[in-house]
Amino acid sequence: MTTFDVTAEGLGKRYGPTRALDTFDLTVPTGTVHGLLGPNGAGKTTAVRILTTLLRFDAGRATVAGFDVRRQPDEVRARIALTGQYAAVDETLSGRQNLELFGRLFRLGRRAARQRADELLERFGLDEAAGRSAGEYSGGMRRRLDLAASLIRTPRVLFLDEPTTGLDPRSRNQVWDLVRGLVAEGTTVLLTTQYLEEADQLADRISVIDAGRVVAEGTPDELKSMTGGDRIEVVVRDAADLDRAAGIVAPICGVEPERDPEIRRLSVPVADRVAGLVDVVRALDDAGIVVEDVGLRRATLDEAFLYLTGHRPDEAREPVGVGRKADVA
Amino acid sequence: MTAAVADGWTMTRRNMIHVIRAPEELILYFSLPIMFVLVFGYVFGSGMQVSGGGNYREFLLPGVFVMTMLYGLGATATGVALDLSRGVVDRFRSMPMARSALMTGRGAADLLRALLEMSTLLVCGLLVGWQCRQGVGRALLAVGLLLLLRIAITWVGIYLALLVRNPDTVGMIVFPVAFPFTAISNVFVSPELMPSVIGAISQWNPLSATVAAIRELFGNPGLGGDSWPAEHAMLLAVVWPVLLIATFAPLAVRRYQRLSR
Repeated sequence: MTTFDVTAEGLGKRYGPTRALDTFDLTVPTGTVHGLLGPNGAGKTTAVRILTTLLRFDAGRATVAGFDVRRQPDEVRARIALTGQYAAVDETLSGRQNLELFGRLFRLGRRAARQRADELLERFGLDEAAGRSAGEYSGGMRRRLDLAASLIRTPRVLFLDEPTTGLDPRSRNQVWDLVRGLVAEGTTVLLTTQYLEEADQLADRISVIDAGRVVAEGTPDELKSMTGGDRIEVVVRDAADLDRAAGIVAPICGVEPERDPEIRRLSVPVADRVAGLVDVVRALDDAGIVVEDVGLRRATLDEAFLYLTGHRPDEAREPVGVGRKADVA
Repeated sequence: MTAAVADGWTMTRRNMIHVIRAPEELILYFSLPIMFVLVFGYVFGSGMQVSGGGNYREFLLPGVFVMTMLYGLGATATGVALDLSRGVVDRFRSMPMARSALMTGRGAADLLRALLEMSTLLVCGLLVGWQCRQGVGRALLAVGLLLLLRIAITWVGIYLALLVRNPDTVGMIVFPVAFPFTAISNVFVSPELMPSVIGAISQWNPLSATVAAIRELFGNPGLGGDSWPAEHAMLLAVVWPVLLIATFAPLAVRRYQRLSR
């Protein structure tokens, strides 16, 4: 039987007339990575703050690690860790002092706290900077220290709120590797991100959220296929052949292809990738149409997102309350 | 309960490390009272009178002790506001630690710091001719009253920080809030020598109660005449801080809980 480390049913959170979360649903099976993908202001951080007991909610029900978030917050806190958008470390303390502090607060003895700090500093490549104030760390180092602090005790559920926002590509890859390592050890991860690539790389399943509610949920592949899945693209040498080619391709794929005469290209969705491609190439060849280029293209998560929410993920949105009013009008 | 104490102590140590790692702040807080001793004791002091007679510097020093406790408000409030602004409080709040530890740790660390400041000032005082004339027991009692006042001020500071949140703003408003309390009090001038209304306000100022009480305990001049608050300085030096704590501690705790709204 599948057990769920995070569940949310109909979560709601209002700030005055603004609904930050609106009948938000979520289930994350134990040991998996779930991505919350959405633009700024979609409600991702609100959801994470509610699930990590930092924020009260107005409606619905939520459990984390099997405990009720509202009624058993202490049980929840004992089993989670949170790494937020802004590194939650003490900037005056050194890296080592930070980890020792959090270790002590996790009820480790003095010696155990020091030992754990040393292990983590080495694992996260911070041993050389261990004695420096965290305030002097680079963005990437600070984020690694923040992650290390989350791993003093291996958490059952790790919440990562935009863990790589503002990091350079190298630091981003390091964070991704660390997350993969944790998941391999059995930790459940809830990850929020506005980067499609990040969700694609890390998440087993993704919830696309917009204006405080989940608009789609599935594996990265399922979400990509929601836009029509894979497409065959054919570029013919002679623009005059375009209509004739379309007439040949249509019965094979069962759909009328889109035509782009300027670049002499046909584009058509295909169900069976390889067989479809082979049939199309053979039929065009038989008809004597010269093909300059032909290929299969997978829909990107970007296209899926655009299709599902009507805007790109990096576009800032209107505040939710205002947007809703506009929809009604 | 033991967890609350252990976590409180861990947080106290954290705040003490802050002092050690950023000593320039401590030096800044020391320099103000020492400057007051020098400016008022030597520059203005030559023209100052003590009601009932006596050495002005000896009159002044207990006032400076109290003032130092008051200006601790700045350290407390900015410390709390900085924590809140930096997201580290989010980590504390999402951990299975005692929720009280953030405040008790702050309070205990500020108290230790106040002890450090006071020892320095006592030595400075002795160097400029201040004296402690009534024995060690009464002197310790005086130190106890000063620390009680400091605890009250800590709670005011925590509340102020939770109310304002922005560390820069907090840092800026502390001085205008605190300064009138030291000016309209018996810190620099005996209230009997002030115009009647201002004198009365000075008499009832919570700071004046502690100043008058410790002048008496140290055996310093300027006991402050025969008004009711002056006669009952010792009582008021306990009642005022307790009242402040009873008001501001619950307010601060309520504000802290509202962080989860």
